[in-house]
Amino acid sequence: MSDAATGTADSSEAATRPKETVRRLVQGDLASLRVVIGLALIWAIFQFENDRFLSAQNLTNLLLQITATGLISIGIVYVLLLGEIDLSVGAVSGLAAAVMAVLNVKHGWNPYLAIAAAVAVGMAIGVLQGSLFSRFAVPSFVVTLAGLLAWQGALLQVLGSTGSINVNDPKITGLTETFYSHTVGWIMAALIVGGYGAVLFLGHRRRAAAGLQAENLTGLIVRFVLVAVVTIVTVNVLNSYHGVPLAVLILLAFVVGMEFVVKRTGFGRHVFAVGGNAEAARRAGIRVNGIRIAVFGIAGTMAAIGGIMAASRLLAVNQNSGGNELLLLAIAGPVIAGTSLFGGRGSVWTALMGALVIGSISNGMDLLALSSAVKFMVTGGVLLLAVLVDAIARNQRSATGRV
Amino acid sequence: MAAGTPLLELEGVSKAFGPVQALDRVDFAVSAGEVVGLVGDNGAGKSTLVKTIAGIHSADTGAIRFEGREVSISRPQDATDLGIATVYQDLALCDNLDVVANLFLGREEVSPGIGTASRQLDEARMEHQTGELLSNLAVTIPSLRSEVGTLSGGQRQQVAVARSLLGEPKVVLLDEPTAALGVAQTAQVLNLIRRLRERELGVVVISHNLVDVFEVADRIFVLRLGQAAGEFAAESTTEEHVVSAITGLGAEGEKQNGREDEERADANGEEGR
Repeated sequence: MSDAATGTADSSEAATRPKETVRRLVQGDLASLRVVIGLALIWAIFQFENDRFLSAQNLTNLLLQITATGLISIGIVYVLLLGEIDLSVGAVSGLAAAVMAVLNVKHGWNPYLAIAAAVAVGMAIGVLQGSLFSRFAVPSFVVTLAGLLAWQGALLQVLGSTGSINVNDPKITGLTETFYSHTVGWIMAALIVGGYGAVLFLGHRRRAAAGLQAENLTGLIVRFVLVAVVTIVTVNVLNSYHGVPLAVLILLAFVVGMEFVVKRTGFGRHVFAVGGNAEAARRAGIRVNGIRIAVFGIAGTMAAIGGIMAASRLLAVNQNSGGNELLLLAIAGPVIAGTSLFGGRGSVWTALMGALVIGSISNGMDLLALSSAVKFMVTGGVLLLAVLVDAIARNQRSATGRV
Repeated sequence: MAAGTPLLELEGVSKAFGPVQALDRVDFAVSAGEVVGLVGDNGAGKSTLVKTIAGIHSADTGAIRFEGREVSISRPQDATDLGIATVYQDLALCDNLDVVANLFLGREEVSPGIGTASRQLDEARMEHQTGELLSNLAVTIPSLRSEVGTLSGGQRQQVAVARSLLGEPKVVLLDEPTAALGVAQTAQVLNLIRRLRERELGVVVISHNLVDVFEVADRIFVLRLGQAAGEFAAESTTEEHVVSAITGLGAEGEKQNGREDEERADANGEEGR
């Protein structure tokens, strides 16, 4: 470990940047780049096997397919950052959707009220589970496993004897059926690119004003260009089918908003601190249990929102809602994309990237008409591969003194 | 150096855990700009004494005076409010956060302007203040944005000490600051302790390592079986005198060396919480 003064160390770091980048890529600091490469590989393979895979129609479909899982995964990322697990999110998403459907269809509630009630149910369940976990120091694994069973039962109870409720309120189905016109799509692209540029520029100027070493300008420009290109290409692709779907905007807004909360606010900082060293957080005056309860509340809330989107897309809530592999995929996604299972490391973007990877595999195999059997085995293999790569990266880090 | 009233003064402080008398009518004081070395065998009551000052235990009997006023310290927050900072041996740092985040943990600065509404952290200001504090203390860290888990033991110790200074304390308690450090890193930490003294802070250093204590302390306070067993001016005493006070035996070389090695081996386990 170098004992050089701050200034010299910084400049030498700048000099060794290319080498540093390769090391960080291998050791997992740039897990996000790793998952982008993986995704590109998956897309290339499927496109090679079936040239409809990268068509505008299929990509639009893919994005709509991952919306629910991606939203649920956002909550999972928060829980994983604490080093905990929430096994109940699938069941909670189903129960919340059922609450919405029953209130809207059977009791004739205003759709927005029904949605708000469903979100409130999800949040309340999360807060309850978080309180039990932190108050009685029961492992979150067990509390949420009990939740998984109990909320699944509650789902059946709420649905009643029919076992299935069709949702046809246009406000609810519109969540996943609304597409914006080309013009609106391009205006939104301009807002995203311009907003990102403004954030980068203001951050740069603030650092300069505080007399801090400025960030590498090339790096800033590369990041800006990357975001601009991805945005423009995406909007272009979506526009050549039905346009930009509302559901994608909802997912993106939650990803950006929740990433801001976790990376840029005191609350998010405390989530990382509790996940890294709960005792240190406690001694720093952070209300550790409050953070835990809030995080499980967020997980429940995001599960409910994901459940609502799933019901909107399926046009129904049934006994299988939130069941099957939804829970496992929602947890596997962020892990595949680089959020640590051991707490304190990760980002909300992994919810989106992980959902894209898993969604692409599933979508591509459907396109190739492969059976569910193959699909599950391949998805399992990819998850295993991802955690193995992560474990190897961690070993490398500790071997070089980077914990 | 210790002119006038001491900054922190304990008088007749006792603390019992069930039948065990951990502290027995201990008088202890530290003045501004003074480094006091607190030494003693395992179980002598060093940790209990520090935890009593830090508000983790409250004393059964006895008086604590801070700047001449009698105070009661029953919670850690009481000690912090008075201006007493404690750096525990396990440092309580978050390895996954960078130096700036660790320094400001639990007292993050929020941005002015639009940032306030969204509770956005003012990273630039925190980094600026961190840079100033560390350079004032001549602490050398490769980068303020490196994760604390990647730093060496000495650097971590210095970050932990620097962090305790953010609350502008008057007294700093250091629990085994040089345990498990190499020679060069120990020297860095001892230098940092000297700079705390230059800042007119009262510093209490718990240590098993008499060499380090002699290097940095003005006064050495010995505890044995929960009782004060001697107080020495570091300049005018020898290691033999201090060791015999610690062990309660006469100054016999061989025995003491044996004991000291044992203590070093235990040093990591004993103070743990």
